[in-house]
Amino acid sequence: MNDTTHTAATVPVVSKATRRGAMADAAFRGATRFFALLVFFSVIGIVISLLIGAWPAMSKFGVGFLWSKEWNPVTDQFGGAVAIFGTLVSSMIALLIAVPVSFGIALFITELAPRWLKRPVGIAVELLAAIPSIIYGMWGLFVFAPLFADHVQPWLTDHTAGWPILGALFDGPPMGIGMFTAGLILAIMITPFIAAVMRDVFEIVPGVLKESAYGLGATTWEVVRHVVLPYTRVGVVGGIMLGLGRALGETMAVTFVIGNAHDLSTSLFMPGNTISSVLANEFTEAVGEIYTSSLIYLGLLLFLITFVVLALAKLLLLRMGRRAGRQT
Amino acid sequence: MNLYQRRRFVNAFNLTASMLATAFGLFWLAWLLWTLLSHGLQWLSWDVFTMSTPPPGSAGGLKNAIVGSLLMTFMGVMIGAPIGVLAGTFLSEFGRGSRMAPVIRFVNDILLSAPSIIIGVFIYELVVVRMGHFSGWAGALALALIVIPLVVRTTEDMLRLVPDTMREAAAALGAPQWKVVTVIVYRAARAGILTGILLGIARVSGETAPLLFTALNNQFWSANLNQPIANLPVVIFQFAMSPYEDWQHLAWAGALLITLSILGLNILARIFLRTRRQDY
Repeated sequence: MNDTTHTAATVPVVSKATRRGAMADAAFRGATRFFALLVFFSVIGIVISLLIGAWPAMSKFGVGFLWSKEWNPVTDQFGGAVAIFGTLVSSMIALLIAVPVSFGIALFITELAPRWLKRPVGIAVELLAAIPSIIYGMWGLFVFAPLFADHVQPWLTDHTAGWPILGALFDGPPMGIGMFTAGLILAIMITPFIAAVMRDVFEIVPGVLKESAYGLGATTWEVVRHVVLPYTRVGVVGGIMLGLGRALGETMAVTFVIGNAHDLSTSLFMPGNTISSVLANEFTEAVGEIYTSSLIYLGLLLFLITFVVLALAKLLLLRMGRRAGRQT
Repeated sequence: MNLYQRRRFVNAFNLTASMLATAFGLFWLAWLLWTLLSHGLQWLSWDVFTMSTPPPGSAGGLKNAIVGSLLMTFMGVMIGAPIGVLAGTFLSEFGRGSRMAPVIRFVNDILLSAPSIIIGVFIYELVVVRMGHFSGWAGALALALIVIPLVVRTTEDMLRLVPDTMREAAAALGAPQWKVVTVIVYRAARAGILTGILLGIARVSGETAPLLFTALNNQFWSANLNQPIANLPVVIFQFAMSPYEDWQHLAWAGALLITLSILGLNILARIFLRTRRQDY
């Protein structure tokens, strides 16, 4: 490396190309960094624009907005309790149904299905996630709700009448639409998301762990219950939170079937409202600053709730990913 | 029942429940598709593609809505996909070891799952209020904002699958980093990136909520993105919720169209990805 004449001869050529390369490098790197930052600032921008839009309502109603049931465009009195309640309740119903079903599907795909069946079942479940939410809404309103009202609701109401809690939950006229139908449709919509995460985390359980349990004579269920689930608990919870985040913000399907009533009711068969359905129905028709601003206030609350849920989901899944990384 | 029998019973019971859960999940898919075919197929005719949305009671089609949807989806993807690919490139190629990358990845994942109606409200505040009227551009921007996080995510994942040895080989030949990325890494991950964009198109073609406050709707033929513009999802929403039977029929036809194209895109994306996997 002391052949100085040789390096000296090549220096001008190389440095010119290198300089151009370095400049192009800097430009390319700068462009990618710029757009990456753009993603970051668009989320910040969403929060700021929601805050600005919600400010008139926030300063007028304050925190009391959260538990005021009033929603009166005529007197300009607004409160978010009904919509927040509806959002939380419909999402809870969705989770109650979707979690066991997703677990069953993930279990089937990872442990039970013969090899040739894994892919088709996996793809079919994923297609369920691809169907747009408005299609779920139409199907729910025109196909599912009438059937539900004619055949299931009367039976449920009759058979639970007089029961301590269920009686009140399943009371009410058989309309087909309402909180329960919304929750059920949300459940169908979020099942593919939860099932996909569960399947992925089940698959990272090291084969050796499962085989040693099988070697001790454990049944398939015992392996799942005592080896797979404890190993993947964090990831499973993360997947459930991800599904919850989806359910909270789902709009069109819910707007079709929830009934859009600003009422608080103990019965799940009564119509209600969620934050997203209020926004979808009233935002373009809202007149007056306070009305629009109250709607944006609701949107801000929705964004904050989903942000917290999704951030939690993400953190849990990151922890799971780190464990998977250690294993391999 | 002794312990052995009980364990076997519990096992059989739970495994059966798992199969039933799978059947339960697939049952809804079958029911949804059957509903769409049985309600939609009979109203699908040439008129749907050649006539604009009618006033109630007269014949018409969905031409303006189909064209509006295609236009907005196209513009949304044209805006969103390059931004997404470049941002994803940053995360995979330049962000390694930096403090910025994990934060952006985290925020991107939040945006990916954020309620789409919130994105509609954001674009309404940002564009519609400023411009003073609803417009196709606002709709395209809202769709772009939904495409971006999806493309960022898939691009990053796909670029990471490209072995580092390929980057090192190119760098050893003296290629500057931008050339390594555009000529080597992009080419190796081409199918994967395309898949991400296809999935992005599939995702936004059914989005309704963000278009309600941005593109609104337009009953007449218009291909002007500066004006409110008709689009399939919002037309389906309005027509389905209307009391007029012929409007509802058009809504079913539109619903069938939109679902078939989205399922088609999804399956296409999977085929793409599969051929890529066989490449290696």
